[in-house]
Amino acid sequence: MRRLLTCLLSNNPGVLNRFTGTLTRRQVNIDSISISPVGDKSASRVTAAVYLDDEAVAKQLVAQLNKQIDVLEIHDITEQPHIERELALIRVNAATNKRAELFAMVQPFRADVVDVALDSLMIQITGSREKVNALLRVVQPYGVTQVVRTGVAGFTRAEG
Amino acid sequence: MQAPEEQPMPARNGAELLLDTLTAQNVEMIFGYPGGAVLPLYDAIYRQQFRHILVRHEQAAAHAAEGYAKATGKPGVVFVTSGPGATNAITGIADAMMDSAPLVVFTGQVGTQAIGSDAFQEADILSMTASITKNNYQVHDVRDLPRVINEAFYVASTGRKGPVLIDLPKNIANQTTNAPFPDSVNLPQYQPAPTVDKHQVAQLMQALSQAHKPVLLVGNGVHAAAAQTEVQRFAQRYQVPVVATLLGLGVMPTTAPLFLGMGGMHGTYAANMALSECDLLINVGSRFDDRLATAPAKFAPHATIAHIDIDAAEMNKIIATTYQIVGDAKTVLKLMLRSSAARPEVAAWHEQLQQWQAEHPMRYQKSATEIKPQQVVQLVGELTHGDAYVVTDVGQHQMWAAQYYPFKHQHQLITSGGLGTMGFGLPAAIGAKLAHPEQPVVLFVGDGGIQMTSEELEVIATYDLDIKIVLLNNHTLGMVRQWQDLFYDQRRSETMFEHQPNFMKLAEAYGLAGHQLTDPQTVAADLAAAFAAPHAALIEVAIPALEPVMPMIAPGSANNEMMESD
Ligand SMILES: Cc1cc2nc3c(=O)[nH]c(=O)nc-3n(C[C@H](O)[C@H](O)[C@H](O)COP(=O)(O)OP(=O)(O)OC[C@H]3O[C@@H](n4cnc5c(N)ncnc54)[C@H](O)[C@@H]3O)c2cc1C
Ligand SMILES: Cc1ncc(C[n+]2csc(CCOP(=O)(O)OP(=O)(O)O)c2C)c(N)n1
Ligand SMILES: [Mg+2]
Repeated sequence: MRRLLTCLLSNNPGVLNRFTGTLTRRQVNIDSISISPVGDKSASRVTAAVYLDDEAVAKQLVAQLNKQIDVLEIHDITEQPHIERELALIRVNAATNKRAELFAMVQPFRADVVDVALDSLMIQITGSREKVNALLRVVQPYGVTQVVRTGVAGFTRAEG
Repeated sequence: MQAPEEQPMPARNGAELLLDTLTAQNVEMIFGYPGGAVLPLYDAIYRQQFRHILVRHEQAAAHAAEGYAKATGKPGVVFVTSGPGATNAITGIADAMMDSAPLVVFTGQVGTQAIGSDAFQEADILSMTASITKNNYQVHDVRDLPRVINEAFYVASTGRKGPVLIDLPKNIANQTTNAPFPDSVNLPQYQPAPTVDKHQVAQLMQALSQAHKPVLLVGNGVHAAAAQTEVQRFAQRYQVPVVATLLGLGVMPTTAPLFLGMGGMHGTYAANMALSECDLLINVGSRFDDRLATAPAKFAPHATIAHIDIDAAEMNKIIATTYQIVGDAKTVLKLMLRSSAARPEVAAWHEQLQQWQAEHPMRYQKSATEIKPQQVVQLVGELTHGDAYVVTDVGQHQMWAAQYYPFKHQHQLITSGGLGTMGFGLPAAIGAKLAHPEQPVVLFVGDGGIQMTSEELEVIATYDLDIKIVLLNNHTLGMVRQWQDLFYDQRRSETMFEHQPNFMKLAEAYGLAGHQLTDPQTVAADLAAAFAAPHAALIEVAIPALEPVMPMIAPGSANNEMMESD
């Protein structure tokens, strides 16, 4: 099952290496990982989506990551109400006569067309992983030539 | 309120600042080897006359520091140069990580401008040691140096201890600063002393009261916590029999009536039967290694299991446990001792254990024509009254030392457990002797392993270290050969030595006394004679090539499925 870990790492050299090294060593498959500095840049926020079937193993892995000195915080938020978002840029080979149709298709996804060229255009979408997947399915027939996804970023919902 | 203004310090370069910080950390000695990238450090050592032990190979620097650390619980300190110096030290760092031994390792590095350019003797030691250090650092500003060093010592020697590495670029060691150096550390996220869940302790004590077949399993964590007294008091009060891991030997005197011996692959019959038949297993400071829990799915099948460990990541890692108590062994044992829980009814259990002990004692085939290694260990035990620091290398001789030496003190056995590193013994004995110059130190080593770090004989000679080196020479890589005999139909592939160095001449080359023992009739007197002088001696004992270590549990078999000697 896919699990979502959110962590705060101190911004020291080699920190991400150590973090992902532990996942590799435990033979955990990483679905996506997103990282960026936060606050005064002394720390980085990481969201890691990983595949782990066994709940006990997941718990142990979180404890193992948590003991790294540079892991300031780590939570497995899979079972908690949470928000997950990612951004994708999709380049589609749309012929001019198909463009109106394509625009209409992406509308309900609240996706934007952010770049237009003679023989292609680029669509930007933000949302849950499922939403991004759904849009990708929809635009596939028009000829997708390039896709880049940021990987999910996530947080738990506020209580109350 | 205004913070008191910090006084500027006299200008010092990074190397001097480093040594001053080590002095403030009460570091007694450094194990190391010089080179280009650490020239500034060695210049500071020269000028400050800092105590430095010059090894002959960087792997040995790390093992000697481990020997010091394993014999004292205090961090061992290592200096090595960049590139090959650093990579040579890796085996010792990995060994320390596996056995949770505190080390602070300083590696030289090329100047910050050159890092990443494949400069002369550059190695990306941070990446290479990420998985075998508790933490590692590269220093980019000389003013950070004292903080980083203090953090390194703090991290290495608290919580679950372990090695920490500091990579120091040469230009940083040369930079001068007059910045004051803080002696505090600020690592709010690092909680080395977790608060103990008293509720779990209470529940465990209740379970103990109701148990009929309780067993206490003690490991290396008890040494780390210096909780020997608490273990003994607890075992005594509740009449709980005790099994030790290899690294838990010394926690209970071998002769204590409640002590069943080592458990696991080469443990005693009674210890392994106790692990198999108990109804409550209390593990204090051991990590259910696969040499102990040889078949995790069949381990202690009738028992409720409690695990007391300072590392939360050990909980449920190998064995599912009912009572998970994360905390320092001493703290937890003190809480357990404060409990007023009733003593369990264990008379029948004790009777059963005594029967196993009586029917299956540790035994070996005595011989009138050959010297038996087990007998040699027993004789050394008598000669040293069970008081020596016992250092071993890895192999059969290591197991015989564990099985037959009468241990009684904390930190008394210095051995490579988790990594099983041949070549560990000789340099580790150096570290142990330097840590305890007034105490007897005996090294048991094999004819294979001694050849991996024999260059360190020179260090023993140079510093005139009184280490008795007992070389159990079976002309074979005995432990591997034993597995070939048992599991590969006696195909002894590359494990028999037809030719060997002349070990007596080797001793002589280094100016050390050499003794060759071959006669079983006079072995006791010969050993005593070899032990007599207060200087090092290389004592080569001829033992039979095909002697097996018994009992043995095949990997994957349960603890009650032991092979025993005929
Ligand atoms: C040839 C060979 C044969 C071997 N055969 C055997 C054998 O038959 N039996 C055997 O037992 N071993 C054997 N070993 C050793 C084995 O590989 C392991 O090294 C050993 O079992 C580990 O012992 P341990 O768990 O007590 O120590 P460690 O591996 O050092 O683990 C210590 C545990 O204590 C915890 N801890 C640390 N500090 C504290 C504290 N302050 N408070 C509480 N907990 C703490 C740590 O988190 C860790 O979980 C053999 C090794 C070799 C090389
Ligand atoms: C560095 C290293 N290489 C290989 C091994 C595998 N190994 C384990 S025990 C052993 C044999 C050791 O032989 P010796 O030193 O003669 O000791 P003996 O078992 O004969 O007592 C070997 C090769 C190891 N543990 N460490
Ligand atoms: Mg041998």
